[in-house]
Amino acid sequence: MSSRYAVGDRIRISARYAPGHVRTPFYARGATGHIERVLDTFLDPEREAFGVNAGTETQLYRVRLNQSTLWPDYSGEPADVLELEIFEHWLEPAPESSEQENPS
Amino acid sequence: MSHEHDHAVPHASIDVDLSDGPDYFDVMVRALQELLVDKGLIGAGEVRARLEVLDDIAPSRGAALIARAWTDPAFKQRLLADGSAAVEEFGIDNYDGTRLIVIEQTPEVHNLVVCTLCSCYPRPVLGLPPDWYKSRAYRARAVRDPRGLLREFGTAVPTEVAIRVHDSNANMRYLIMPMRPAGSESMTEAELAALITRDSMIGVTTAKLP
Repeated sequence: MSSRYAVGDRIRISARYAPGHVRTPFYARGATGHIERVLDTFLDPEREAFGVNAGTETQLYRVRLNQSTLWPDYSGEPADVLELEIFEHWLEPAPESSEQENPS
Repeated sequence: MSHEHDHAVPHASIDVDLSDGPDYFDVMVRALQELLVDKGLIGAGEVRARLEVLDDIAPSRGAALIARAWTDPAFKQRLLADGSAAVEEFGIDNYDGTRLIVIEQTPEVHNLVVCTLCSCYPRPVLGLPPDWYKSRAYRARAVRDPRGLLREFGTAVPTEVAIRVHDSNANMRYLIMPMRPAGSESMTEAELAALITRDSMIGVTTAKLP
């Protein structure tokens, strides 16, 4: 399976609120960042939770977010970041200029 | 994978398992277990034996792994490149089939692991997570205020050192490789392992000093 996004791509995490076994934390929905690494494919947990496994292999990514953009009142340092795992169907392309980003 | 479920009545932030009596999910788990045993799909002893295996895994296993990496640069490279493969090479049974990423602490970046959705943890390497790791207070504050949280663990991260929080929210598991402290140059691998604590491999503190 070919992945839609590559390391360094600017992405936005979807702000959707579907019920079910969703592994996208609420705090990160709508946040903008970039792909830190492309992981493997795994069963889509949203369908796996209902016993549907065949054909649900889904690309997983490691996404890096700047803490100061994730939390507007973040009290730490500008270089602080957070990384988390997001499945491909929860990612959207984001324009390059939508966020000030620290080089890693 | 074991994931906590939402409870009908929220617990206080740090009380993970202090509710009065079994809740809905406790009852469901027990009912499922009894059915599986009654139908002969598993034996009652298998559940107990599984718990025994889980309880037998101690953080000293992870400490031995990191001590090897501190003393064997080639092994360290393999561990950082593919944690799961290197852990199996070291002789650790990756019993739950999860994928491990090992992250090295550096003078520039301090790394910290949390699972905001439940209690995902590198169990084959460290055993069962501490209660505070599963508390709502830790899970919320590790992402929201990591520097404040680390100060409460006695870990002051200088402002020129960046914090990198790793939310273990899906399929990967994370193990932190603490920095080898100064003054440990002549120590043996076994002596080094005694400096590497569970909490230093979660990233809430650093390795002990010799």
